[in-house]
Order: sequence, then C-alpha cells, then structure tokens
Amino acid sequence: MNNIQQPHFPHRHLLGIAELTAADIMYLLDKAEEAVSVSRQRNKKKAVLQGRTQINLFFEASTRTQSSFELAGKRLGADVMNMSVGSSSVKKGETLIDTAMTLNAMQPDLLVVRHQSAGAVELLAQKVGCSVINAGDGAHEHPTQALLDALTIRRHKGAMSKLTVAICGDILHSRVARSNILLLNALGARVRVIAPSTLLPSGIEKLGVEVFRRMEDGLKDCDVVMMLRLQRERMAGALVPSVREYFRFFGLDSEKLKLARKDALVMHPGPMNRGVEIASEVADGAQSVIEEQVEMGVAVRMAVIETLIGDNKGAARNG
Amino acid sequence: MADRVIAITGGHLVDPVQGIDGPASLLLRGGKVEAIHRGGGKIGLPEGCLEIDATNRHVFPGIIDARVHVGEPGGEHRETIASASRAAAAGGVTGFIMMPDTDPVIDDVSLVDFVRRAARDTASVHVYPSAAITKGFKGSELSEFGLLQEAGAVMLTEGRHSIRNNLALKRAMTYARDFGMVIAKETNDPDLTSNGVMNEGFSATLLGLPGIPREAEVIPLERDLRIAALTRATYHAAKLSTPESVRTLSGYKDRGLDVTGGISINHLSLNENDIGRYRTFFRLSPPLRSEEDRMAMVEAVAEGGLDIIVSSHDPQDVDTKRHPFAEAADGAIGLETLFPAALRLYHSGQLSLARIIECLSTNPARIFGLPGGSLAIGSSADLMIADIDEPWVLNESEIVSRSKNSPFEGARFTGRVLQTMVAGDIVYTK
Repeated sequence: MNNIQQPHFPHRHLLGIAELTAADIMYLLDKAEEAVSVSRQRNKKKAVLQGRTQINLFFEASTRTQSSFELAGKRLGADVMNMSVGSSSVKKGETLIDTAMTLNAMQPDLLVVRHQSAGAVELLAQKVGCSVINAGDGAHEHPTQALLDALTIRRHKGAMSKLTVAICGDILHSRVARSNILLLNALGARVRVIAPSTLLPSGIEKLGVEVFRRMEDGLKDCDVVMMLRLQRERMAGALVPSVREYFRFFGLDSEKLKLARKDALVMHPGPMNRGVEIASEVADGAQSVIEEQVEMGVAVRMAVIETLIGDNKGAARNG
Repeated sequence: MADRVIAITGGHLVDPVQGIDGPASLLLRGGKVEAIHRGGGKIGLPEGCLEIDATNRHVFPGIIDARVHVGEPGGEHRETIASASRAAAAGGVTGFIMMPDTDPVIDDVSLVDFVRRAARDTASVHVYPSAAITKGFKGSELSEFGLLQEAGAVMLTEGRHSIRNNLALKRAMTYARDFGMVIAKETNDPDLTSNGVMNEGFSATLLGLPGIPREAEVIPLERDLRIAALTRATYHAAKLSTPESVRTLSGYKDRGLDVTGGISINHLSLNENDIGRYRTFFRLSPPLRSEEDRMAMVEAVAEGGLDIIVSSHDPQDVDTKRHPFAEAADGAIGLETLFPAALRLYHSGQLSLARIIECLSTNPARIFGLPGGSLAIGSSADLMIADIDEPWVLNESEIVSRSKNSPFEGARFTGRVLQTMVAGDIVYTK
C-alpha cells in the first residue's frame, strides 16, 4: 500500500528514465499491474480522466506507439486527439516551439510527443503548461518502452536484481536501448549489450553495461534476450555489410538462443524485421513474449497517463 | 580634432612588443601615440589636453579579433557591420577580420568594396574584410586573390566550409603565396563529422546525440599542413580544439614553415559538459571538447603552441537556435566577452596579461599584417582601458550585439573593459 503522506510520483512530466528513482519506477510498474486487469475486463473503460484532453503529437510516424497511447488515454476516459505533424506545419517552416505554443493554447492536459531529435521533447516541455510524455526522442530515450519491457520481465521473472539481460543489435541509434539500460541498472539487473562495434556508441561501457561483440559470448546464461530493430537504411553497406551477414552473426535464431538459459525470454520492441535481427522460429516460439509486450504497453501507458494527470496526482507538481 | 591631445595617466600599461608591464602614462596626439612616460610619477600636461585618469586601471593595445561573423549582407536581423562594431567596441576590440560567410558570399571585389564602404560609414572600429578562397565556397574555382587583395581583403578563408579537393587546395595555396596572402582555414572533415553535433564520447552517448571525433579536425589539419609545406604557403589553422592538433601543428612549425594556429575563447573556457540539457548556445564548430582537452589547450596557449585567441563571434537568432540541439545552427557571439573570459585564465594563474595581449592583439596584427598590436610611439591609439578586478555578471539585457546567443549569459567575470579608443577617438565608455 502506498503511503498517502508521500507524493507518489514527484514529476510533472515523463521525459526519460534517467530522472526516475527505483521507487518511481516501482510505483509506475505497480500501477500498470492494476491497469492490466482493466484491459482484460469486458468493460475496459474507466472514467477517471473524463473531461481531460490528451494530444498525441508525433513528428515521426509510428502506428504502434501512437495507437497504444491513444487506447491508453481512451480506456481512462480522456479525449484523445492525434496530430501527425511530420507532414503538415513543419514542412511549412513552423518551428517545434511554435507548434507547441499553438497546441498549448488549446489547453490540453497532456501532450504525448515523439520527435526525431534528441532533447526535442524536453525543449517542448519547457514551453508548455501541461504534462508531457516522451514517446521517443531521437536516439535519446523512450521511457514507456523501457517500463513496458520491465513490466513484462517482472511478470515472468520476478525481481530484477537476480537477472542478466542482453540487449542486442543497433545500440548506437536506439533510444530503446538507452532507456532500458538506465531502467535495468536502476533496478539492479546485470545488463549486457551485444553488437558489432560499428553499432556501439562511444563510451557505452560507462553506462554500466558489459559489452560483447559476439552473440556466442554475450548470450551465455542470459535470462532475457532483447532484440533491437535494425533500420532499413543502416542495413546496406554503411554500418553492416549486408542483411545476410548481419543475420548470420547478430540475428537471433534458435541455435543462438540455446546459449541463453532454457527459460530465457525473447523480447523485441517491434516492428520486427524477420530474417534480419530475428528468425521467425524464435519470434513466434515458446520463449517469445513479444505480443505480451504490446499488451503491457497499453497498461504502462495507462499507468503513466493516470499518474501524471489523474486526480490522485499527489501534492507534487514540481517536476 | 586631428591634433587633439589626450593623456592617459596613472595606469598600468601592458605592451608585450615594447616589453612594458608596469605603470606608465600615455600622451596621444592626432590619434597617435606621441609619448610614453614610464613609472608612476605625475607628468606635465600640455595645454588643452584631455586627461583620462587611469589610476588602478590597466591600459592595453586594442584587441584584434581575427574571426568574426557578421550578418551583413543577407542576415542583417542577426548582426550588421554597425552592430558588430558596437559590440566590438564594448569588448575592447578595436579591429576585427570579418568572415566572408555572408549572403552572398564575399568572393568578389564588389562585395569587399561594399564591406569597406559600410564599415567606413557605420563602424566605429576597424573592420577588415576577408574573402572566400573559392567562388561561392564551392571548393573548386579560385576567387580573384590579387584583385580582392587590392580591394582590401586582408586574408583568404573558406569560412565555416572545408575544401575537399586536395588539388584545388594545393592550387589555392600556391597562388596565394605569390600575393603574400594568408590562407586561414577551419579544419573539419565533412565525412567524419557527418551528422555529428557534439564531441564524440560518453556525454554524446548519454544525450543520444551523434558525435564528432577529434580526428575529424586532426586529419584535414595534417592534410592542410602537408600542402602548405609543399607549396610554402602562409597558413593559419583558425579554430583548433584538440591537443593532438597542436602537436601536429608544432611539428610543422619546427620544420620552419610559416604556419600558425588559433583557438576560440569558447574552447579555452567551456567544455562539453556545459551543453547540459541540450543547450544550443553551446553548440559550436568545432564542438566543445572534454575538460582535459580544454586544460591542454590553455597550456598550449601559455607555451606558444597556439598563437592567437579569437572570439569566433557568430550571431544566431531564435530562427536558427531555438530548435532541438541536432537541428540548431552552430555558433556563439563573443566579441563582448572575449577579453573578460580571457582574464579568467589570468586570474586562475594560467596566462600572464602579456601573453593574453600577445594572443589577442600583437600576434593577430603580425600574422595578418594589420596595424596595431602595440602602443609604441607613432602607432595608432587603438587601445582599451580596463579594470581587471571588477566583478560582474553578464545579463542578456546588457548584450550589445544584435543577437543574444552568448554561452556566457549569467556567467560571472572578474574584470571588464571601461573604455575603448580607436585612433584616439573614444568609441566606448562603460
């Protein structure tokens, strides 16, 4: 039970895992657990956010994340509006700040923002009067993804502190990897990254991870194997020579998966490139929890949205 | 006016050319230094003389800032020649070399002429135009070095741009040598820099920003120096940021080549951590490096591995800076803070006042063949009077420059310019 004297979640925005304590993370995960059961009821609608307005502002197209946030808001009873900005005002020369100010004037309670540039969501949050959730900014952070991954892991494996988690693939360009590394470290898991050196950012080991360049070494004794998507434009020649070479050395197939623990979970933030970073036999196999991640995504986003703009916000609006 | 007499009395004169670093009074007549009385005693003043009491003040030759971007023509909302000149005067800068990165690019006699006329009509400090090495910064066709020099261009530079083609650079250096013109270049490899926006390393990784390795500076520097050695050109590496660059440059200096190096005051004052949470005023080219790099560069200035310090004044408005970090423009203003920021290195015991003046005034004058850099008898009275101990804080509202993108906003300084003179005329008084 939460102590009602304490502010439950002392942040106005959710911009990144970096600003959260382990207690903040546990608070959100516990709340998300409750949301899972709401989503599994026949009547999935709560009225806690009735009358609140949530705007999804996606500067970078994303069907999955945007629908997940939309569904989460709607299941809580909020009015949800989607804006895909990539195609409209930005092309007309409007700056991010101008777009933010325009939306702010419409008095939303929450902005859910995705942007192709690191730091863009934080910049926007400084200029608006409502809460902001970072739905992915460049190669910086994607906090709700890390939270939904943690929730999925916790439901299968319990406490993080005994687990070894391998994150494999394009670490260099991945906000998912950064948020997951920060979160898993905060909860005491052992984190490994496995990638060719061309896809590893400089100084990554200082984030508190073990670095491996071969799946054969890195997967040994892992409890969780998280695969990352390799963007199409990075497949041919620039950072890795070819798809078939990448799949041979860094794609997760059933042979490589045998190196991990027998009960290791296989995860992927989606959308998957089958035959590039992951083989279908593994993606659809018994150890895969990829579909469950999608379900947990809605639950985590419900938890975050309700925490930030619900009535039981606690005293704290000092984030 | 022409033979007005001014006496600056009771001050402490620092002039590395004359080897003076002590009490001295100056007598100015007709805009030139007529006499210097060393020592602290009273001097007899000629009749009708204006006396400026510089007791407890320092008197320095005016700063010559060798790298200043201005928005005129084409970006007058960021900075005009007149507004840059006012900012310069407020910073003790009595002359600056204006970069050709304007719209249109200064690669033609008529544009050099435009700058000179605009400066004559609107500027209170000396404005020295520079000209593009290649037409339109395209990196291939040479601009008219000889005619540009006749029109008043004091050096050749590709501004913010690099020249990829080795043969084009070799021809430019070969031809510039015939006219005795300095080729001044920023060195950044566009391929290695790619979409990088800050120093490569852990900080960039943490912020999720693409990094720029130090080698993106060192490799083209080495290339430039090899071509300078081949052609015997006079070459200046304008904005270095890494100790490896200084080692590379020193190797060529030791071989007796006419090559020199500069650094912006930003790279002596700030490091990559100052970017904090994506603060775009700290987005610079070359990028701010690590604290170890900064310390090594200060040492290089002290020991002579680097020859000049510039402001790298680069006015940017909200239209180019109020963006996510990776989408913002590079650059920071710096004319007004160049000297106060340099004084920090004096107060921290790392640089002497004489060395600071050498790097800010004497060496730029010598390298680019400009008047000034000393207050020897007969030289133009381009000078500044400063209180080197006055504490102050830079507030945005006090910035004279038309653009406000200063990385020093809110910063504490010790020491400021109180008065600036160009040819004996007072162009700024605090």
